[in-house]
Amino acid sequence: MDGWAHHLIIAPIALPLVAGALLAVYSERRQFLKGLINLVSTLSTLYIAIVLLQKADSSAASVYLLGNWPAPFGIVLVLDRLSALMLLLTSVLACAALIFSLARWHTAGAHFHTLFQFLLMGVNGTFLTGDLFNLFVFFEVMLASSYGLLLHGSGPRRVQASLHYIVVNLTASFFFLVGVSLVYGVTGTLNMADLAVRIPALSAENRMLLQAAAAILGIAFLTKAAMWPLGFWLLSAYPAAAAPVAAVFAVLSKVGIYVLLRLSPMLFGTPAGEGAGFGSTLLLAGGLATIAFGILGVLASQAMARIAGFCLLVSSGTLLAAVGLSDPEITGGALLYLVSSTLTIGAFFLLIELIERGQNPGADVIATTAEALRENEQGEDVEDGGEEGEVGTGYAGTPAILGACFVGCALLLIGLPPMSGFVAKLALLAALLAPAGQGAAAGIPMANWIFTVLLLLSGLAALLTLSRVGIRAFWAPVDAVIPRVLVVEFVPVIALLLLTLGLAIQGGPVMRYLDETARAVHAPSSYVERVLAAPRVPAPKVPGEAGR
Amino acid sequence: MMEFLLAISIGILAGSGVWLVLRPRTYQVIIGLSLCSYAVNLFIFSMGRLRSGAAPILSSRTGSLADYADPVPQALVLTAIVIGFATTALFLVVVLASRGLTGTDHVDGQER
Repeated sequence: MDGWAHHLIIAPIALPLVAGALLAVYSERRQFLKGLINLVSTLSTLYIAIVLLQKADSSAASVYLLGNWPAPFGIVLVLDRLSALMLLLTSVLACAALIFSLARWHTAGAHFHTLFQFLLMGVNGTFLTGDLFNLFVFFEVMLASSYGLLLHGSGPRRVQASLHYIVVNLTASFFFLVGVSLVYGVTGTLNMADLAVRIPALSAENRMLLQAAAAILGIAFLTKAAMWPLGFWLLSAYPAAAAPVAAVFAVLSKVGIYVLLRLSPMLFGTPAGEGAGFGSTLLLAGGLATIAFGILGVLASQAMARIAGFCLLVSSGTLLAAVGLSDPEITGGALLYLVSSTLTIGAFFLLIELIERGQNPGADVIATTAEALRENEQGEDVEDGGEEGEVGTGYAGTPAILGACFVGCALLLIGLPPMSGFVAKLALLAALLAPAGQGAAAGIPMANWIFTVLLLLSGLAALLTLSRVGIRAFWAPVDAVIPRVLVVEFVPVIALLLLTLGLAIQGGPVMRYLDETARAVHAPSSYVERVLAAPRVPAPKVPGEAGR
Repeated sequence: MMEFLLAISIGILAGSGVWLVLRPRTYQVIIGLSLCSYAVNLFIFSMGRLRSGAAPILSSRTGSLADYADPVPQALVLTAIVIGFATTALFLVVVLASRGLTGTDHVDGQER
């Protein structure tokens, strides 16, 4: 029945909510059952995300009216190509992180599975919602679970990192609230599509207030996206998190970018009149500064987790600068870069934990992690007494597989063929150096040149640093301890890397989808029309009521 | 007069909150965050335009909408209060854990 297929849009929010609530009921002793429920729910979300992606690709935006209220009055969920893409990306990364965690990490603290599901719910909600205040609510659901997950595994370092992470995010939430309420005060609506209609009609003095509101909102999103002066929190938080948590967090910083990509063309696109293009110069400059900062950080770091953190900053900066340029061609390349870099950094965070497991515990930053795990393995919660000590002799082939995975990650981060990192950078550079709109006579703007140079430099910095770190980790140790790594822990890393390889091989169809996504994002009129004209589900006929 | 009072109180709350958030003790940070959230909540409320003696809920079908206060900011502020309360409680737990692990209430976990 067609009616039920319609409800699939809310499934990526409802399913993790129900699963998370169910998981909270069972005690921590039943780890196997909890893991199973979590796995089933996450895999179903992945399947739903694939179905929704096909649905989004075949038609324009589909709208789901919550509570059957018509669009500007009620809250709407909107599924279009961009949100479907982000949903799929989140579910893929979540599956990989979850399977990785099932080997041992999920027992390192309480309520891992519950928080994991609530995090998925929050992230999926932010991608689907079409209402600014609802976006705030899902942001908070996502952040509250991320506070819990960051603490997973405990230890002084994690508690310290969470303390700062929570304060920064609470403060950013205040900015979000002030911005949202100011937008409502000026325009009288919070529906994104309705805002796009009302903003061009604003009077001059109200336009100033709206731009102030957008700037305040921007601070909240840019903090989440870790733009240069606002991104300092990321480098203490992400490397401190447990490996599967850090892998999922790789998509969290993309949430801010998603919102900027969604809102800036919709609220300040070409139809917005004189206010068009508000803030894009700042996004561009901030993005370029973030890349520069990231490059310096990548070169200066010693610990692998910090390198991954700086790589995440580089990727954020690249995306912010691409959003700032607001050109459909560049956005298409940037979307491929988004998918590719998120999968890469997720895989890299997982891999780092496996590599550093073999190194001398206590000599490196991962020491607190090892402590936390050992404490827990002595604790009463662990059922399987089979595993003693995480450092010991594993399979002889382990270093070879780890090394191969590391090379794969390095190729992706540097942007060399045959992986998708190369295709993504190529697509970005091609769009940057061939501005389609103006024609050849207009020449290439200065900003594009700077962007190109920084993008290439970031690859060089990654090449230098990753060679240095790789040699130290794999070739330099004379009597290296072979880490004990389970097959379950290899599978997600290899799967993520194969997926990026697949992205490169299937580059044609993928780019077609992403280019269409980019065009739809930059021409939001059909999105706006679909939302505002969304039909209500007709009420079932009740005998005896004539209707009003 | 009402507008003046509200604006001044939002300003004082936000100013004190920001000052306290920037202090080095976790207790001061918590109080600062709470004060900031009060300021933000009052601000959201004020975005529905200040007026006294008007209900936000329709009581009869007659009359004009101008007789009623805007219900949306009131709904928003309720949500914001609940969420702010929950996250502050969560933060309090982390602060206590940090105090237990490090033995100090400095935000960096060590005296500078």
